[in-house]
Amino acid sequence: MRELTYLEAVKEAMSQEMRQNEDVFILGEDIGVYGGAFGVTRGMIEEFGPERIRNTPISEAAISGTAVGAALTGMRPILELQFSDFITIAMDNMVNQAAKIRYMYGGKGKVPMVLRTPSGSGTGAAAQHSQSLEAWMAHVPGLKVVQPSTAYDAKGLLKAAIDDDNPVIFYEHKLCYKTKSDVPEEQYSIPLGKADVKRQGTDVTIVATAIMVHKSLEAAAELEKEGIHVEVIDPRTLVPLDTETIIQSVKKTSRLIVVHEAVKRGGFGGEIASTIAESEAFDYLDAPIKRLGGKAVPIPYNPELEKAAIPTVDDIVAAVKETLNRL
Amino acid sequence: MTQLVNLPPRVKETDLTGLLKQMWLIRYFEEKVDEFFAKGMIHGTTHLAVGQEASAVGSIAVLEDRDKITSTHRGHGHCIAKGAEVNRMMAELFGRTTGYCKGKGGSMHIADVEKGNLGANGIVGGGFSIATGAALTSQMKKQGYVVLCFFGDGASNEGSFHEAVNLASIWKLPVVFICENNQYGMSGPAKEMMNVEDVAQRAEAYGISGKVVDGNDVFDVMNGVGEAVDRARNGEGPSIVEAKTYRWKGHSKSDAKKYRTREEEQEWRAKDPIARLRDVLIEKGLLTEEAADEIKAEAKKEIEDSVEFAKDSPMPTIDDLMEDIYA
Repeated sequence: MRELTYLEAVKEAMSQEMRQNEDVFILGEDIGVYGGAFGVTRGMIEEFGPERIRNTPISEAAISGTAVGAALTGMRPILELQFSDFITIAMDNMVNQAAKIRYMYGGKGKVPMVLRTPSGSGTGAAAQHSQSLEAWMAHVPGLKVVQPSTAYDAKGLLKAAIDDDNPVIFYEHKLCYKTKSDVPEEQYSIPLGKADVKRQGTDVTIVATAIMVHKSLEAAAELEKEGIHVEVIDPRTLVPLDTETIIQSVKKTSRLIVVHEAVKRGGFGGEIASTIAESEAFDYLDAPIKRLGGKAVPIPYNPELEKAAIPTVDDIVAAVKETLNRL
Repeated sequence: MTQLVNLPPRVKETDLTGLLKQMWLIRYFEEKVDEFFAKGMIHGTTHLAVGQEASAVGSIAVLEDRDKITSTHRGHGHCIAKGAEVNRMMAELFGRTTGYCKGKGGSMHIADVEKGNLGANGIVGGGFSIATGAALTSQMKKQGYVVLCFFGDGASNEGSFHEAVNLASIWKLPVVFICENNQYGMSGPAKEMMNVEDVAQRAEAYGISGKVVDGNDVFDVMNGVGEAVDRARNGEGPSIVEAKTYRWKGHSKSDAKKYRTREEEQEWRAKDPIARLRDVLIEKGLLTEEAADEIKAEAKKEIEDSVEFAKDSPMPTIDDLMEDIYA
C-alpha cells in the first residue's frame, strides 16, 4: 500500500468527498491559491474552483456562522480555521448556535458541518497559536470532537465527520501533518466513537491523544527493552468516547496512564480517569491512575521552554515505571 | 383598487386585510403572553414586540413562500408573519410537546425550519451569519430564495454584524438585513450607543444600500424591504433596511422602564401601526368599520383558542430530556 502524509490524507479525504458530493465545500482564510496556512488545501482551488474552495475575509465569527447557516439549509460545509486558538472568535457560533440548534428546535433542523483546525505546540508559534483547547469543545453537548493521530485515521475519520449530520470539531495536530502511514486510495470511513489499540500490551494501559500517541508509542518501545509491555490506546474521538475499549484494557493491565498535550488542569484526561474510576475497571486497578498533561502555563516561545511545557517521552517512561513501582 | 401608496405590484388588494389580521394576531399574542407571565402561568422570560407589528408584517409580506428568515429574541411577530400556527407557538411557551420545539426551546428559540423560519435567537447578533450562510446555500444551489435577517439597533454594535454584512456584500449574497430600531438595547438608548444617527448609514461602509423606513407604517416597510428583496433576488447583493419603531413594553418581563419617560411612550403609542393601517384601509374604502372589528375579533379568538390548545397539550416526559441532541 502507498504511504501518505497526514496532511495529504486530510486533503485526499476532502477531495474525494467533493468529487462525489456537490453539497460539500470548504471555506476559510487563505485556502485558495495560497493553499491554507499549512498547505492542506493546496491545489484544490485549481480542481474545484473558487465557488467550492471559498476564500474568506479574516472574519472567524462570520465564517463559522455562515457554515452553520449553510449547513442548516442543506449544504455540508467544511470550515478551515487557520489555528485552533482562533476558535475563541468562532465560539458563539459553535457553542451557542451549531451545538444547540437541533435540540432547541425540538429535533428539527440539523447542522452537518466540520470545523477543521490545526492545534498543538511544537512550531515555535508561542502562546496564541499553539494551544490544545479540545476539552472546551468536548464539554458542550451537541458537538462531536475528533482528534486523529495518524494519516490512516485522519482520512477515515474525516470521511465519517463529513458524512455526520452533526457539527464536528476536527483537530489536526500540526506535528502530525508530516507523519506518514499506509493509506488506502479508495474512500473509507472510521466510525466516530471507536478507539484504536495502537499497541498491545499487558502491564499498563496508556490512553493518549494526537501527538501524544506517537510519544507514548516511543516510550512503549523503549520500555519493551526492559520487559515492560505497554498497551497504547488512541480514543481518536473524544465525543463520542469509546469507553468500552478503555475499560477492557484497564481490566487487563490493571494500570492506567492518560497523556495529552492540553493543559492537565481541567483537561480531557480527567474525564477518562473518572470514567475508569466510576467503572467496573476500578476494582482491577493495582495503582493510582496517573494523568500527564501540559503544565498550566501559556505555551512559551523559547524552544526549550516550549518542550518543557508538555509531556515528553521521558515523562511517559517515568510515569509508567512509577505506576509499576519500578523507579 | 385605489392607489394608496406606491405599493410593490406583488401586493394585491386582498392581502391588505390579511396584514391587518396578522398584526392583530401579534398584538393579542403578545398581550396574552404578557398577562400569563405577570400571573406566573408561564415561566422563563420573554421579549414582546407590541408596537413593532408593522416591521415584521410589512417585511415578510413582500416575500415568497420559499424565502427564509432569521429572527431575534423578540421574535414572536416574525414567526406569526412567516405563517406560524399560533397554537403551536403558545404551546411552546407553555412548554408542551405540541410546541414548535416540543417545549425545549421556549420563547427565544421558536423555529420552523421547513417553512423557512430558521429560528429566533437568544444571542444578540446571533442570526447575522446564519442568515448569510442560508443565503450562500441559495446562491450555491441556485435556489432563488432570499433571506431576511431581522436584528435590533443594539445588535448592530456586535462584531458579528460587521463581519457578516461585509461577507454578504463581497459575495453578493441574497440577504436583506432588517434593523428594527426600537430605540433601546435593553436599557441602552441607541443614540448613546452609536455615533451615527441611523444604523442604515453603516451600509455605506460595506458598499451596499442602506435605507430608513417608517417602521410603524406597514406600507413604507413593504416598499423599502420590497426593493431590497428584488435586488437580492436579482443577484445584486445585500441591503440594510432600518425600520424606526418602538417597543411599547419593557425589554423583558422584569423591566421597570426607568430609562425612558412615560411621555415618550405616549408619543409612540399615538403612532400605533395597527390603528394606522386600519384607518387607511377604511378611509380608502377597502374595509368597513364592521369588517375591521370582525378581523380584530377573529384574531382575539384565535389567540384565546391557542391558549386552550396549549393548556390541553401534553407535557414532555423525562424520557424526552435526552432526545434530539444529535441528528
